[in-house]
Amino acid sequence: MSAAISIKKISKNYGALQALEEVSLEIQQGEFFGLLGPNGAGKTTLISILAGLVVADQGHALIMGANVQSHFRDARRALGVVPQELVFDPFFTVRETLQFQSGYFGIRNNDAWIDEIIANLDLTSKADSNMRSLSGGMKRRVLVAQALVHRPPVIILDEPTAGVDVELRQSLWQFISRLNQDGHTIVLTTHYLEEAEALCQRIAMLKQGNIVALDTTANLLSRYGSAKKDGEGKTDLEDVFVNIMSGNAL
Amino acid sequence: MKTSPLKYGSGFPALLRKEVKRFYKVGFQTVAAPVLTAILYLMIFGHVLDGREMYGRLSYTAFLIPGLVMMSLLQNAFANTSSSLIQSKVTGNLVFVLLAPLSHFEFYAAYVLAAVFRGIMVGLGVFLITAWYSPPALEYPLWILAFAFLGAAILGSLGLIAGIWADKYDQLAAFQNFLIMPATMLSGVFYSIHSLPPAWQVVSHFNPFFYMIDGFRYGFFGVSDISPWNSLAIVLCFLAVVSAVALRMLQTGYKLRH
Repeated sequence: MSAAISIKKISKNYGALQALEEVSLEIQQGEFFGLLGPNGAGKTTLISILAGLVVADQGHALIMGANVQSHFRDARRALGVVPQELVFDPFFTVRETLQFQSGYFGIRNNDAWIDEIIANLDLTSKADSNMRSLSGGMKRRVLVAQALVHRPPVIILDEPTAGVDVELRQSLWQFISRLNQDGHTIVLTTHYLEEAEALCQRIAMLKQGNIVALDTTANLLSRYGSAKKDGEGKTDLEDVFVNIMSGNAL
Repeated sequence: MKTSPLKYGSGFPALLRKEVKRFYKVGFQTVAAPVLTAILYLMIFGHVLDGREMYGRLSYTAFLIPGLVMMSLLQNAFANTSSSLIQSKVTGNLVFVLLAPLSHFEFYAAYVLAAVFRGIMVGLGVFLITAWYSPPALEYPLWILAFAFLGAAILGSLGLIAGIWADKYDQLAAFQNFLIMPATMLSGVFYSIHSLPPAWQVVSHFNPFFYMIDGFRYGFFGVSDISPWNSLAIVLCFLAVVSAVALRMLQTGYKLRH
């Protein structure tokens, strides 16, 4: 069984800025994986390379065994991406947006699945509303729906709960957890570390284009959490993150 | 939510449908407005210059109509691809197309065919209304269709190039106002190049838009400034060049995939 995502020695420079430096990583099928790091660490660049939006200077990446450049059709069909920015096409309704997105992947007669996604994301009452008229939270749900419309086995969520209220955040995580239980591989980037701690089985931490930590969430907590040594309260992922990023980790 | 095996086809029909539906949803702006502009041109120039005889037998109004039809068709084909792309780039929603498994050929064909469709719709609208002023002859309809399709495809491709190249609306406006608009207006829409001084006649021959309009007009009257076969050859070459540039930009991801 091939890995869901396989990244081998990926490097990317933007002029003098090195966004990624020989990053290698494997994410197995069915994992709920966290990709964490401060702003500018290279998370979005790495995701963009996987999605084919950015071309790596060296190295290669595979989605379900398909090279994202040479076999881009197979790779993109296997991948659903929820982008960080709240982007939408102001010309169309929610249903039209999903029908077009399905069509871009060459999938015909997908209305039953689209209805199911709409219902699962509580978008039924807004299905025929123009995208412009939706609240930020609703637009975020549509972004998730767009990433799922071609039923990809691998789903990447780039800060999906940024600016989202608590209620939507919880319903979104319930939905994503269900997808993971059904066998989808989930890759999550977030600045809400308590979410990553609760959801992710394994976590990689990026700093200045390098992976500085990669382990199961439990191992990271037990290994790096002790670096805090203040004896106050339970160690959480935020402590681990701060310790690793500040270089205080053991 | 269980997944099941899916059959994948091409994403081209969906992208084409989306691009057509996009301009259809704002039909007043994208189709009706340019038709009105062309009618105003006809009323003003037709009134001022009526009485002149073109090609020794045509009224000026009759001569002007095919030119106006083609000018509207070309400008709107350009506007369709360029405005769609720049809007998608600026608002960020182009990412949905870039994430899809579309080849650069599918991307190109969908955008350009939608531009052809809009251009021909506007051209047809201008024709149907202006024909009321002076019912035109339709000597060679196949030439009309050929030059309409090729001209719209060229301008659709140029719009694609401009839309990809431009980072902001200002740059696109510069491309449109300083390149496309002068080339269209100075292509013989309003005059026969034989009425120009010799030096300007030579300059006109370097304007590819001239061949599109001259060949298109030939389809109506069976008479033109140069042979329609020469115009066809030049228009086909120009289409090949702009298509190659647009396809190369899409293939390399120029300003789209970093």
